[in-house]
Amino acid sequence: MLLKKEEIEHIGWLARTELSETEKELFEKQLSSILDYFAVLDELDTEDIEPTYHVIGIKDVVRKDEPKEALSQSEALRNAPKKEKGYIKSPRMF
Amino acid sequence: MGMKKKLTAIDVVEEIKSGDISCEELILEIYERIERSELNCFITLNKENALEEAIEVDKRRSGEECRRKKLLGVPIAIKDSISTRGIQTTCASKILTGYVPPYDATVIEALKKEGAIIIGKTNMDEFCMGSSTETSYYGPTRNPHDLDRVPGGSSGGSAAAISAGETVLALGSDTGGSIRCPASFCGIAGLKPTYGLVSRYGLIAYANSLEQIGPMASNVTDTALLLEVLSAKDERDSTQVKTKNNASTNYCLSWLNGKRSGNGGEGVGVEVEVKGMKIGVPKEFIEGVSPEVEKSVWNAVHKLEDSGAIYEEISMRDLKYALAAYYIIAMSEASSNLARFDGLRYGLRTGKDEDWHTTFSRIRGEGFGEEVKRRIILGTYALSAGYYGTYYLKALKVRTLIKNEFEDALKTHDILAMPTMPFVAFKLGERIKDPLSLYLADVNTVSINLAGVPSISVPCGFSNGLPIGLQLVGKHFEEDEILKAAFVYEQTFL
Repeated sequence: MLLKKEEIEHIGWLARTELSETEKELFEKQLSSILDYFAVLDELDTEDIEPTYHVIGIKDVVRKDEPKEALSQSEALRNAPKKEKGYIKSPRMF
Repeated sequence: MGMKKKLTAIDVVEEIKSGDISCEELILEIYERIERSELNCFITLNKENALEEAIEVDKRRSGEECRRKKLLGVPIAIKDSISTRGIQTTCASKILTGYVPPYDATVIEALKKEGAIIIGKTNMDEFCMGSSTETSYYGPTRNPHDLDRVPGGSSGGSAAAISAGETVLALGSDTGGSIRCPASFCGIAGLKPTYGLVSRYGLIAYANSLEQIGPMASNVTDTALLLEVLSAKDERDSTQVKTKNNASTNYCLSWLNGKRSGNGGEGVGVEVEVKGMKIGVPKEFIEGVSPEVEKSVWNAVHKLEDSGAIYEEISMRDLKYALAAYYIIAMSEASSNLARFDGLRYGLRTGKDEDWHTTFSRIRGEGFGEEVKRRIILGTYALSAGYYGTYYLKALKVRTLIKNEFEDALKTHDILAMPTMPFVAFKLGERIKDPLSLYLADVNTVSINLAGVPSISVPCGFSNGLPIGLQLVGKHFEEDEILKAAFVYEQTFL
């Protein structure tokens, strides 16, 4: 399996993670060999096998919907690098 | 004050309660060691708070409330992937530098309730991605047994700190071996609990279907004591399995009683024995390991045999698929989990804002290190349209096969024994340039996370002065069996 530099750049954009030219070139070499290694799984026929998501098999866990003490506005905002009038300030959408 | 270099939690608690040692002096001594150290075990220290707490402990130690606390005054180091209220938590990443959690992880609440004192946050591979602690934004940690070698990873800071006496206990987190690998390389004990035993609330997620927080210590009894505290029930983690094993049962109290009664702490409690215990040794875990590692592990198995256990060589044929399945699942989950780091609510936000997508892409490009990006890219690829079935779904199905194989082996055997790592600690820089060679080092640890079974690594010898680790694996929620075997084995050293 060969991942070309352009494809890596595209995947980087899908993941919203900018890659430098050096990283793209490095990954082009490395990722293909890692994907080749993953191909070992092709040897196995898994047609009739169920996937495992949680090893113990618990699902649909709910708890009572009761209000509890939450973080205050100032605590919740404390780590936000940009804020204004009690809001978190984001970059523009368009 | 000339304290013993290696203190045990059991002794510290007893001596603080009786007034034989001062908690304040103990904490001061720990910080002196850290400040003199060349190992780079810690990212953030909690000195001021820790000293204040120690003074409080010394004042109140004889009070009724303090006497009940299981970890009164015990210094503990916390891996930097675990949220600590008011103490910087970075996951060893540039993107989280300066982040101060407004809440404690459930395990931290439990530690505080039992009187433990947080020394600081330990170094690790960035977002737990690595087996050498070399991918940390804060520089690598060094192995106390040889400064030119890695301590293992990703919980390398925690393991090295215990080994060097820079803490008594530590927390690690283990997604594919991140507690057991550094435990093996640094010559300490580390346990990955059954998936769903310990609450993950407050653990910064890497691959959440695989990872558990777990105890690290210099000996098996301390490991058991710490596990007991960590396994408290928590409704904030919906993946935690609420069983009788949560908190109420004592993993080690009966042994401690046995150990403490009689002549001054000598001897082993009568409850602890491995007579008749059936141990499976899967040959696939031994093939390809270094000769010294193989020899030490067999020696350990024979020692357990001398203590009454019965061993048998077994085969687990699907094991060779575990590593690929593990990495596909871990990377896929990572690419999704790490989507939250956008510099908006917390973390790095550099440069001038452009449009939404460009800004985030740039921040993440600057904030994540190379290994994290590698895994995000591969994970995103494995989850993308057209490849989901080939990679992620396929890996989840292979996971079923691996899990079944472990469950079958553990139907006929009480525990399994094998090497933790195929070799001893390697040199700094030796593998980091070739990611695949680093991934292959995890061959003996990752399958255990896929199966969700508990596993402990304990020291079982040395090769050229470097520690070797024995890995014992148990049935789901039967941590007591592997702790028992590890304890009996440890006694043969004394």
